Amino acid sequence: MEEILKTRGLKAYYGEQEILRGIDMTIPRNRVTAIMGPSGCGKTTLIRCFNRMHEATPGARIEGKIWLEGKDLMSMNPIQVRRMVGMVFQKPNPFPTMSIYENVLAGYRLNGIKLKRQEEQRIVEEALKKAGLWDEVKDSLRRRGTFLSGGQQQRLCIARALAVNPRLLLMDEPTSALDPKATRRVEELIGHLKETVTVVVVTHNVAQAGRVADYTAFLYWGELIEFGPTSRLFTTPQDPRTEEYLTGKFG
Amino acid sequence: MNKNLPRRLGKDRAATLVVFLLAIIPMVPLFLILLQLVMKGATSLNLQFLTSLPRPPGETGGGVLNAIAGSVILVTLASVMAVPTGILAGIYLAEYRDKILPHAIRVAADLLQGTPSIVIGILAYAWVVRPMHHFSALAGSGALAIIMLPVIVRTTEEVLVLVPKDLREAALALGVPRWRMILKVVLPTGMVGVTTGVLLSMARVAGETAPLLFTAFGNPFLSWKPTEPIDAMPLVIFNYATSPYPHWWRQAWSASLLLIAMVVLLNIAARLMARKIGGR
Repeated sequence: MEEILKTRGLKAYYGEQEILRGIDMTIPRNRVTAIMGPSGCGKTTLIRCFNRMHEATPGARIEGKIWLEGKDLMSMNPIQVRRMVGMVFQKPNPFPTMSIYENVLAGYRLNGIKLKRQEEQRIVEEALKKAGLWDEVKDSLRRRGTFLSGGQQQRLCIARALAVNPRLLLMDEPTSALDPKATRRVEELIGHLKETVTVVVVTHNVAQAGRVADYTAFLYWGELIEFGPTSRLFTTPQDPRTEEYLTGKFG
Repeated sequence: MNKNLPRRLGKDRAATLVVFLLAIIPMVPLFLILLQLVMKGATSLNLQFLTSLPRPPGETGGGVLNAIAGSVILVTLASVMAVPTGILAGIYLAEYRDKILPHAIRVAADLLQGTPSIVIGILAYAWVVRPMHHFSALAGSGALAIIMLPVIVRTTEEVLVLVPKDLREAALALGVPRWRMILKVVLPTGMVGVTTGVLLSMARVAGETAPLLFTAFGNPFLSWKPTEPIDAMPLVIFNYATSPYPHWWRQAWSASLLLIAMVVLLNIAARLMARKIGGR
């Protein structure tokens, strides 16, 4: 298994509060890795360390080591990191002042990168196709992204993240604000995405981890309890806490 | 419970009626003012009134073109000074909320907003009119700008704070530097609200008289120069209403009606902008 991201002794704090208590973890390339665990266990904080968004919160800091493709992520400029590591949030958040077309290109336009019109159109079409949204919106690219349904908005946000060709795509409970049908579409999409990008998806939903993930990490109280191929972790968990969580005893 | 229902519905109707009547009361003075203005002012409000300069006392006719142009110039100059400054200060307050300096600025803006406008007029007199040795549009618009500033600062801050954190994070997660995030995402998202605040502050100063009395001073001729004294709608109303000529009194009424119409138009524009926010 080829690795894309590795952490050693990763700790994260909000002020004095220790959220992550030393995480050693390796994320395999071109696979879907799910991070599951009960509420407040640090799942979201963990992936927010991977694109240095954790530090965007006042009083928040990170200790320990993270490598992205062998490079020391903590010594890189956060802005540079975020252009390589895309993120999709819990609640769909298309920019309300922009059209669908502009939303997909936001990663370029907001960074002042000028593209030729043809290039723009190619990127928009490609990203929307990858996000499985092209057929639904190709005739209304000039409409505002906020007119779309919740599930479509979330796929628009996925297209926006994919448009800048990230190495790694982080998804923070991407379906928790969606109805079951929209959830299924996003889950199917995640399965296709791993051909071109590595996906790390945070979920509090055990069944979802089972459906979409090649590898699953179980996080509990800021510690990585168990990590391995999803089929192995689900059938023969090594740690009693993993088993209890999987069988619904807590969480 | 069912036995009580008719009684409770009756109470509900009575309470609704009381609240409705109380809500009508604040409308009464406004209605009376408008009625009075239309009755006294509409007769002299004609095309000539809008397009000609004042005539000497004793002659009838003439208009307030000098004051209309003056008010437009004064408010425009004041906006040029106050709008960029106020919006930038508002952005600062919205983005750096937890430090001591922003807190101090916020308190200062609130104090400035509560300062009587005559005091600001006196300051403009001391700071601009005295050194220049004469009254000027510049001094008047400076005073108006100081009155506009805190309104713009505070509305900009309030609107920008309401821009959801999700959108900021969406931009940051795309590798957008913070200053670009503020200029390209936060400000455009709140732009309608900011514009509403600017229009309301313009409406507010368009009717200010006190800070203009000894700054812009008034001018019976058409003047476009910022360094010269200039007339304004509220000044004309004040000067004509306190004059001994009945013809000027009638014109003061007409000027009042015109000024109210200008302010109402600005307010309606602000409302329309505000409705656009709600529509999003």
